[in-house]
Amino acid sequence: MSKPPQSLNVINVGIASFSEVINGAGGRALNVDWRPPAEGDAAVATALAKLVNDLEVEHANRTAFERYLNAQPVLGGIGRAGEVIPEMGERMILHSGPPIDWRDVCGPVHGALVGAIIYEGWAKNQESAEKLLASGEVTLEPCHHHSCVGPMAGITSPSMPVWIVTDANNGKKAFANLNEGLGKVLRFGANSEEVIVRLRWMQKVLAKVLSAGLAAGEGIDIKTIMAQALYMGDEVHNRNAAATGLLFKQLAPRFLQAGLPAADIAEAMNFITENDHFFLNVSMAACKLMLDAAHGVVNSSMVTAMARNGVDFGIRVSGCGDQWFTTPAPVVDGLFFPSYSIADAAPDLGDSAITETAGLGGFAMAASPAIVQFVGGTPNDAIARSREMQPITIGRNNALTIPSLSFSGTAAGIDVRKVVDTGILPIINTGIAHKEAGIGQIGAGITRAPLACFGKAVTWLSEYRDK
Amino acid sequence: MRISAELCELPGVLEASMIMATDANLELIREAGLLDQNLAAAPNDLLIVVQARDRKSLDAALDQAEAALTETEALTLKASTTDITPRSIEMALDGFPEANLALISCPGDYAGAEACKALRLGLDVMIFSDNVPLEEEVALKQLANAAGRLLMGPDCGTAIVNGVPLGFANVVARGDIGIIAASGTGMQQVTCLVDKLGCGISQAFGTGGRDLSAAVGGLSMLKGLKILAGEENTRVITLISKPPASRVAKKILSVAAKCGKPVVVNFLGARAKVPQQGNIFQVDTLEQAAHMAVALSTGRETSTEALPRHCLEGPEIARIVASLSPTQKYVRGLYSGGTFSYEAMLLLDHEIGPVNSLSPLKRKQKLKDIWSSTGNTVLDLGDDLFTRGRPHPMIDHRLRHDRILQEARDGETAVILLDVVIGYGSHGNPADEVAVSIAAAREAEKRGGVAPIFITFVCGAKRDPQNLARQEEILRNAGAIVVESNAQAVRLASDILSRR
Repeated sequence: MSKPPQSLNVINVGIASFSEVINGAGGRALNVDWRPPAEGDAAVATALAKLVNDLEVEHANRTAFERYLNAQPVLGGIGRAGEVIPEMGERMILHSGPPIDWRDVCGPVHGALVGAIIYEGWAKNQESAEKLLASGEVTLEPCHHHSCVGPMAGITSPSMPVWIVTDANNGKKAFANLNEGLGKVLRFGANSEEVIVRLRWMQKVLAKVLSAGLAAGEGIDIKTIMAQALYMGDEVHNRNAAATGLLFKQLAPRFLQAGLPAADIAEAMNFITENDHFFLNVSMAACKLMLDAAHGVVNSSMVTAMARNGVDFGIRVSGCGDQWFTTPAPVVDGLFFPSYSIADAAPDLGDSAITETAGLGGFAMAASPAIVQFVGGTPNDAIARSREMQPITIGRNNALTIPSLSFSGTAAGIDVRKVVDTGILPIINTGIAHKEAGIGQIGAGITRAPLACFGKAVTWLSEYRDK
Repeated sequence: MRISAELCELPGVLEASMIMATDANLELIREAGLLDQNLAAAPNDLLIVVQARDRKSLDAALDQAEAALTETEALTLKASTTDITPRSIEMALDGFPEANLALISCPGDYAGAEACKALRLGLDVMIFSDNVPLEEEVALKQLANAAGRLLMGPDCGTAIVNGVPLGFANVVARGDIGIIAASGTGMQQVTCLVDKLGCGISQAFGTGGRDLSAAVGGLSMLKGLKILAGEENTRVITLISKPPASRVAKKILSVAAKCGKPVVVNFLGARAKVPQQGNIFQVDTLEQAAHMAVALSTGRETSTEALPRHCLEGPEIARIVASLSPTQKYVRGLYSGGTFSYEAMLLLDHEIGPVNSLSPLKRKQKLKDIWSSTGNTVLDLGDDLFTRGRPHPMIDHRLRHDRILQEARDGETAVILLDVVIGYGSHGNPADEVAVSIAAAREAEKRGGVAPIFITFVCGAKRDPQNLARQEEILRNAGAIVVESNAQAVRLASDILSRR
């Protein structure tokens, strides 16, 4: 102050009763529901304090957020992973989450890796596949290091078909494998004959039909589908029923004009209509593209990826380069299918939290009352959760609005500073995989991103600002 | 749709539409003759189309459209964030942008970080918390200085800003006396005495006890001086501190000399060599500071020479002295306020010679065992060494109760000095607690033994929730002598001891 204020308005941090005195004496006071930041780590609290309202960081975040908003993901085609994914080549397998060594992977990833090697024909059975993996002849790298994302195990091998989503704004691309449906599927670690057969059919038939359909017209604007789907009860992470229908509606006439055998087209169309999650992988690639646009802005504290490999939970931050800030992945205490419990669950897994990172999924729960039943709670809980995300984000994505929040845009652009400052952890809707390979999904629930990785990012940014 | 309809009704507007720029919508407005060229618009873009009679109506319509959009956005933002309990200062500020001060009383380990955030967010700050490291205090005060903010504390127990009490404060009248104090109880004593003398307080800023150390350099006091010097409601400024580093004292006095208003200075222990120089009036006690400030405020005689030593006459003192047994020789000060204990040591040192203490004026007077008094002893029971693991004696009387009984049992104790601090944040009825202790101590009398004399004063204002008059009455009823100030209490104790 240079002069005492005409009216004293106080933000009260600590002893709550002080505010009663202030309010009773003609001032105004608002209590902060304060708790020690970063779970009581005073060093992180200090690092954070130095970043609050830092003009460079604020400016960088505006830039990053603007780039995220301006991204125009357009679905344009299907390609063979080894050919279209940058720097992948023919002897690499991509997995979800932050980097991990073969020896450390969780059950579902283990099973999926074996399955992918058998699918590629690099080995005949489990034993020889494991030997090959142990030899180090096959390189394992995160999907995220190759502009790619994959749900659950995220296993993507060179022969697999992948969606190609292009940012009409800057020409950049992002990729994601195709969704196999539910039941015994590779992404949950299943690798039996039926899984391999389905993957080969997807490669030979489904990819061909999709490719022809996409080639038969202009690229498909994904944000528009997402925006419509939010009005139709999807949050485009755990519920994609509406979005899958919208995509199918656009593609179906094109399939019929593609000049392919009718039997193939029928099979492909059946496959899509039977899988309400078909759009998920497209949604993820689009989200990845929006966030890649925001990545790499010096000093920005905006989260550009949250991902789990079944062992570690990791985040990447726009201004922190390509490094990951990791911490052990939590085991999700959700709702379990009959005969399963938390004791059977693998720690949190998959790149699909890219949807939450982009302001969808758990962040858009309010749009999806239907999902609430699946993960527990009431529609009011869903609205409360979406609103709870607003204080930890940089802004609202007004291209993705939510009717039950008075049509305000989804909360987007998680700010690591705000997460640590408020202790409000990003919410993630997630499926739960059995910890043993191949059993598949055993439940679903709501989890929170663990605080520790955000604290690490804050510390790094703060030290970087000091230099 | 709603906005489109509103636009259509504007004067001079023929047709207006606000739609998403999908292919279908573009076709629609092309058919309506509202679009004659291809637009580089994507389906997620919002398109505002207006057909108007003239340029002026057109611009007006576009302006209104933009305003309506911003308004909707602001409304949805407000509707969606205001009722969530804030979890951080930044979040609180989002819903309460008129906030101008952060009051921080979280544990000291985190208080510095919270203060740093508040300063960075453009707020003035009061840190009530203690245990903030000195280096952190220096860094924060430099940050506050650079940002033009006032930082009160750390360990600032009380302040009054524009009549609003913060922390442990008393309900005193508003007036034209501004105070800046590096001592919480020091500030309470002066503001309460000013109130009692019929004057009032414009502002009372706390700086925290270390502000006038060489390391901190008086940054908060200097900032406070600047604010009070420029504030029209303040006519007299009063500065209070324990002994400052001499370089810092010099700096503050030189700035005060140029502030254009009379400044009363009570740097405890730095005995005033020159009582008045220009606009600077140096005094020795908190009581004198209050009287001098009141005199300057009301334009009355500016002398503190005539202040009474205390309220007891010679014969009364003689009667008290006669009631003591020959072994009862010493005074024991059991204070809850640190500044009172310090002031007591200074006055006693001057009147009857050195006293023992936890942190005495001279090193050789340091008590070997803090749990046992010897000779004349003055203790600050609010010291960290006593409060470790238990509440402050201003809130929880148990520690002082035990010590009162212990001193009373000691046959050498002649006088027990007690301060009773009231106001917001203090115990709801502290006099009652003290009365219980005094009654317990006097049990000995009934058994034919001798009890010490209790001399007390209440630091408080008449409109405090505990009621000053009632508190004094409770103490008197318990058999204690009640005087008006710490200085009076100490002088009375000195008179009793020196007459026996």
